[in-house]
Amino acid sequence: MTEFLQATINGFATGAIYALLALGFVIIYKSSEVLSFAQSGLMILGAFWVVYFSTVLELNFWVALLLGIILSALIGVVIERSMLRPMVGKPAFSVAILTIGLNIALTVIGFDLIGVEIRSLGDPWGIQVVQMGDLVVSRKDLATIVSSVIVVGSLLAFFRYTRFGLAMRATAIDQETALAQGIPVARVFAVAWAIAAGLATIAGVFLGAGTGVSAAIGVRAIRALPAAVIGGLDSIPGAIVGGLIIGLAESYTVTYQSEYLAFLGQNFSTAVAYVVMFLVLLVRPYGIFGTREVVRV
Amino acid sequence: MLEVANLEVVYHDVVLVLRGISFRVPDGKIVALLGANGAGKTTVLRAISGLLDVHHGDITKGEVRVDGTPTHKLTPTAIVGTGVTQVMEGRRIFAEFTVEENLRVGAHSSPGERTDNLSRVFDLFPVLKERRKHTAGYLSGGEQQMLAMGRGLMSNPRFLLLDEPSLGLAPLLVQQIRDLIVEINSQGTAILLVEQNATMALSIAEHGFIMETGKIVMDKPADELMRNEDVQEFYLGLGGAGTERKSFRDIKHYKRRKRWLS
Repeated sequence: MTEFLQATINGFATGAIYALLALGFVIIYKSSEVLSFAQSGLMILGAFWVVYFSTVLELNFWVALLLGIILSALIGVVIERSMLRPMVGKPAFSVAILTIGLNIALTVIGFDLIGVEIRSLGDPWGIQVVQMGDLVVSRKDLATIVSSVIVVGSLLAFFRYTRFGLAMRATAIDQETALAQGIPVARVFAVAWAIAAGLATIAGVFLGAGTGVSAAIGVRAIRALPAAVIGGLDSIPGAIVGGLIIGLAESYTVTYQSEYLAFLGQNFSTAVAYVVMFLVLLVRPYGIFGTREVVRV
Repeated sequence: MLEVANLEVVYHDVVLVLRGISFRVPDGKIVALLGANGAGKTTVLRAISGLLDVHHGDITKGEVRVDGTPTHKLTPTAIVGTGVTQVMEGRRIFAEFTVEENLRVGAHSSPGERTDNLSRVFDLFPVLKERRKHTAGYLSGGEQQMLAMGRGLMSNPRFLLLDEPSLGLAPLLVQQIRDLIVEINSQGTAILLVEQNATMALSIAEHGFIMETGKIVMDKPADELMRNEDVQEFYLGLGGAGTERKSFRDIKHYKRRKRWLS
């Protein structure tokens, strides 16, 4: 039982990170119908900025985090303005390929900046653990879960209550009508990219917290894509649930696979996200919360 | 004064939809724009409110002016800022939103006056106040049209462009919508009314234009249009000169005669 609880908490922590990345993906897709594969690139770059501010410039970690998020958001806006704006009206496929290229570029830049060694974030959690009864929970995991809840909660409140959040939702439903109401749709796209880049930075920081930021975190970020797909690309609750499902599935696989399914070999946990995605898509091709496409045959 | 001067619009760089349209909507008046399907009425509205881009349309000649200042190069957001708001055909409400959220979206461009505009809209459409927390998609057709008009009014426009507000509504509701248009107008908003329902439009408009394949073929005060024989025959369904049933030969005649000479 302890083992199970332990795995669940770990799963929630990883799941929260996936959820943050998947949320960025969904927000961009919903507002501008662009499939952005650049999330992991944005994350690596964002994590690097935080490393830079906190260890090279030796700022307080929280200040560094805030600056990193702001800088990433600005980079997101610049990317949207310079690369995606000219692609408005072009086929979705071309735009998706563009973001793949963008991801490669961002990743290479990120790798180059980070370098070969593992860079410490200077975060306050380190590798300390909290003992809760029989459970051993790392402080980093707790921080991840708590911060993700706060971030996601404030994001949902932003979409629900603020003028611009409402405008973003309206744009997601019907761009032309939104334009007719005087909503600056171009600015909505830019803000979507800013939010996505900011979320990616937070995710990167929690992936790198404790153990440190290395180029390898990008590989894990790619698994946020199955999370978004499972939830159904255009659903914000879907991204959160999808992220948690992937996180839990990975964590349970790490804990139990060697015991029950040893023939699958080591490190099967890295593949389990895709297996889950495959199974979900078999049953619900539009994802768990996604809008069902109505197609007349 | 909202002016359209010599407007020429091309879709997809090849389809010439408007071929030199000119008309004006004076402050505080109701002006009707009539015409058959495909005449280009909606395109005129899109050109005014800056929504041509979405449909791959371009203004190749001419101007749209609000109080003498050209607005056809502005973004839709800026155009709403100049006091011109379009209520699109088919209502296009945000179905998943509540009534109030729909209205809040309409107020995006003028957040400062939101409360004032909201109470004005609720006065005009009491039914929306009753249902402010309801999901907009579940409203009846007439209520949705009211919501669409109310949403347009939330930006407190000086010129409201209404695209077929009577579309798909029962006759009684059409009357109600007509009365509401008169009411909105009496509060000082000028209205450009695009309609298929010519009887309704001409009964409240001051002036009317008739469009055919991208041109304005008639431009007269509304009561003169009402009395015009051709308009009666083609738009008001009054059977023109004779009231007896038409033979097939008369239908040919109809086609011949439907070349406006004014």
